[in-house]
Amino acid sequence: MTATETERPAADTGTPVLSLRGIEKSFGAVHVLRGVDLDIYSGKVTALVGDNGAGKSTLIKGIAGIHGFDAGDYSFEGQPVTVHSPRDANALGIEVVYQDLALCDNLDVVHNMFLGREMLKARLLDESTMEQRARTTLDGLSVRTLQSVRTPVAALSGGQRQTVAIARAVLWNSKVVILDEPTAALGVAQTEQVLALVRRLADHGLGVLLISHNLNDVFEVADEIAVLYLGTMVAQVEAGEVNNSQVVELITTGQATGRSAGTSKGEGA
Amino acid sequence: MTTTDEQPMRQQSIGDAFGDYLTRLRGGDVGALPAMAGLVALVLVFTALSGSTFTNAFNFSNLILQGSAIAVFAMGLVFVLLLGEIDLSAGYTGGVTAGVLGILMTRHAWPWVPALVVALLCGTLIGLSIGLLVARLGIPSFVVTLSYFLGLQGLLLLETGAGGTIAYRNNEILAIMNNNMPVWLGWVFALVTIVAYAALGFARRVTRVRAGLATPTILVWVAKTAAFAIVIVAATAYLSKERSRNVFLASLKGIPIVVPIVGALLVFLTFLLTRTAWGRHVYAVGGNAEAARRAGISVAWVRISCFMMCSTLATVGGVLLASRTNSVNPQTGGAETLLYGVGAAVIGGTSLFGGKGRPLDGLLGASVIAVIINGMTLQGQSQGRVYIITGAVLLLAASVDAISRRRASASGRV
Repeated sequence: MTATETERPAADTGTPVLSLRGIEKSFGAVHVLRGVDLDIYSGKVTALVGDNGAGKSTLIKGIAGIHGFDAGDYSFEGQPVTVHSPRDANALGIEVVYQDLALCDNLDVVHNMFLGREMLKARLLDESTMEQRARTTLDGLSVRTLQSVRTPVAALSGGQRQTVAIARAVLWNSKVVILDEPTAALGVAQTEQVLALVRRLADHGLGVLLISHNLNDVFEVADEIAVLYLGTMVAQVEAGEVNNSQVVELITTGQATGRSAGTSKGEGA
Repeated sequence: MTTTDEQPMRQQSIGDAFGDYLTRLRGGDVGALPAMAGLVALVLVFTALSGSTFTNAFNFSNLILQGSAIAVFAMGLVFVLLLGEIDLSAGYTGGVTAGVLGILMTRHAWPWVPALVVALLCGTLIGLSIGLLVARLGIPSFVVTLSYFLGLQGLLLLETGAGGTIAYRNNEILAIMNNNMPVWLGWVFALVTIVAYAALGFARRVTRVRAGLATPTILVWVAKTAAFAIVIVAATAYLSKERSRNVFLASLKGIPIVVPIVGALLVFLTFLLTRTAWGRHVYAVGGNAEAARRAGISVAWVRISCFMMCSTLATVGGVLLASRTNSVNPQTGGAETLLYGVGAAVIGGTSLFGGKGRPLDGLLGASVIAVIINGMTLQGQSQGRVYIITGAVLLLAASVDAISRRRASASGRV
């Protein structure tokens, strides 16, 4: 287990690494997801946008296995899979970086990156191997903002924390990384750093799903844009095919003028 | 690749190591510094006030005996404090289980080993039940352990009978707090400790150098080992002196037997917390329970196991108390035992907010408290004043904790 994801060649980008078809999810009487389709490609950043309450969180929680979907097909690398728990998702190589990052302030960078999955030697913590691997992963992602991996996370800036959370997600030969609003709480310079990091993840061959409210960020890094509107996936298009105002229109009304339906899906089931 | 990677091995000079330490201090990570400084200051003050009555070897060993039970209670409490929880019942847990040991040995004539094992298991069981109530039922630990505090106090009263005592007559158990190691064994013990400390430090260095990780210069290791060796040798030499007031009646010299016991506990508990995955999970749950849960750590089990650890160590503390007074009475583990235990952990640097603390903190804090009690009593100060000063020191330590936390969060999130 010395190889990191950063050393893998970019996978075939023709077929999606993760594919959802006809996903349905209800919470009691509330029908949250209505026949949602979504494709995540290796080596591409797919942005998932949508207004509050469109179902973005429900969708990523379902992908991550926090709660199952009611109906629909979930396939990973072309194979149909069932994901019932976060462990199932992790085993497939799906990692989620949540908005609140879930880092322990009192532990250092290495401890946080290996939290819950500590490497052991003779049943004891193998600190030097963990430190080496953490360093290799950060270097592989060209992270220059962290001077020492033995700094407690409490002493890191918001951008550095985000970096640690993302590095933790790619440490485990993951194939798909889902980022929930990674730039929401960051300043301009740190946003740039994190977006560059997001881009590098895709360049290293990972499939990246980026949830963001900031369309500037989306257009800066995304290859594909998927728009959720009231639980329906109204479009998944290449970023180059649409402009900012069309995406805003899709987010707010579910339709875009001056654009054919194309890959978008009509009103769902 | 970062620029630092071009040099395969990163050697830090002694200046770098010292600079790192200063940065950590400024960042609010004060570690053992306040407790050490306080201890030195107190020793100087009492030496100035009382002179040789305070510094003589007899009083030194007395100090160790006074502090050791507090230290063991405090080391156990560190585990629950690390989670941001509290165990108010630790004192009486010690009393009740020391009572179990006394009943088994004295009334039922059990040999001491199985009796001690049963007493320790009783402690673990008490901790298990507290942990289950806190982690599974979700009752705040303050309330659960407050109930246990009352309940166990009652149980201890039933064990001893009103105003009665359970006598300890077993020589091995009594020896812990009343006898000393032979002088030669004390020196062997001191030497083994120093060699082990040096070897462990060196082995860690070698591993880091081999792995090509940033390593402080060898001088840091030399300085640390030398300082450690000096302290151990000085303490052993002092305790090896004849301290009996009348040598012809009874000779009194050597390291008290409780010292290697507390030392071994310190090493073992530190090892558990720093070198095992379980220990890492304890810190993680104390730092951010939600993050720990999402990382797949069984938060409930970590909680339960820490309460078990605390209560088991409380049993050891209770046995030490009973060994010193030769019996268990309705006040064993009562009165200020628990408060001194919590106080010692906090004075030593363990945070009441969770996530920060070490078993060593319990030992340092207990030393501070023992020095205050001992020094003030020698000065002929009343018990009232001792309580007031101890309270003030605890408040000071809690303030240091709060301020250092504020500094830590200020130096974080830029």
